[in-house]
Amino acid sequence: MNILLVALGGSLGAVLRFMISNVILARSRSHFPYGTLIVNFLGSFLLGILLSYGVQEKERLLLAVGFMGAFTTFSTFQVECVRLYREKQYRVVSWYILSSYILGIGATYFGFYVAH
Amino acid sequence: MKYMVVGIAGAVGALLRYALSLYVHIPWLFGFPVATWVVNMSGSFLLAWLTARIFERPDIHPYFAPAVGTGLVGSFTTFSTFSMEVVTLWQNQAYLSMGIYMTMSAWGGFYMAWLGFYVGKKEMAVS
Repeated sequence: MNILLVALGGSLGAVLRFMISNVILARSRSHFPYGTLIVNFLGSFLLGILLSYGVQEKERLLLAVGFMGAFTTFSTFQVECVRLYREKQYRVVSWYILSSYILGIGATYFGFYVAH
Repeated sequence: MKYMVVGIAGAVGALLRYALSLYVHIPWLFGFPVATWVVNMSGSFLLAWLTARIFERPDIHPYFAPAVGTGLVGSFTTFSTFSMEVVTLWQNQAYLSMGIYMTMSAWGGFYMAWLGFYVGKKEMAVS
């Protein structure tokens, strides 16, 4: 049962992230990877809200571990950073790293206290 | 069809992360969330290596990169849990652990992805 909840949440999170990144990739001409930033910001914010409600174990597995865990991503973020760095886009990579951490962590904090 | 493949691979990635969090018996070593850190570091290396070594090969199926990269490794690693752990450490006033965790994740993740690219490109040049 636990495994099914994580799997269900994980597959929905991954597909939604894929859809959002496809939409943004098709529209944006900028070097800046907005897709991953938006996904990580949104997922971190929703997780903050979720945690402030003090979720049960089953909800935690489906929503926090499965859905938000898979919807947000760390590996794509790092690969995009290194790719920009290799392309010598130093200004873009600095802004990307700073905004990802500040917005991501800030969003969880904000989500947690807003819902409180 | 592509979405279905990404969904299945995403489920596997999330399950692997969950399994690792269950089997790492000391999830918070010295106030430091080891399980998430290990997941994010290994995933960053793996995705960079795959990007440099495998995804650009012409003989690879067009679904392979979205399935394994976006689905499997993308879901395996996580940003929201990382954010949550940083906020939790802050709330517990474990400022030193929080600083170490953030530094090790930020520098470690970048370095692991850099290393993955480096190893992948090197292997490409040799083969």
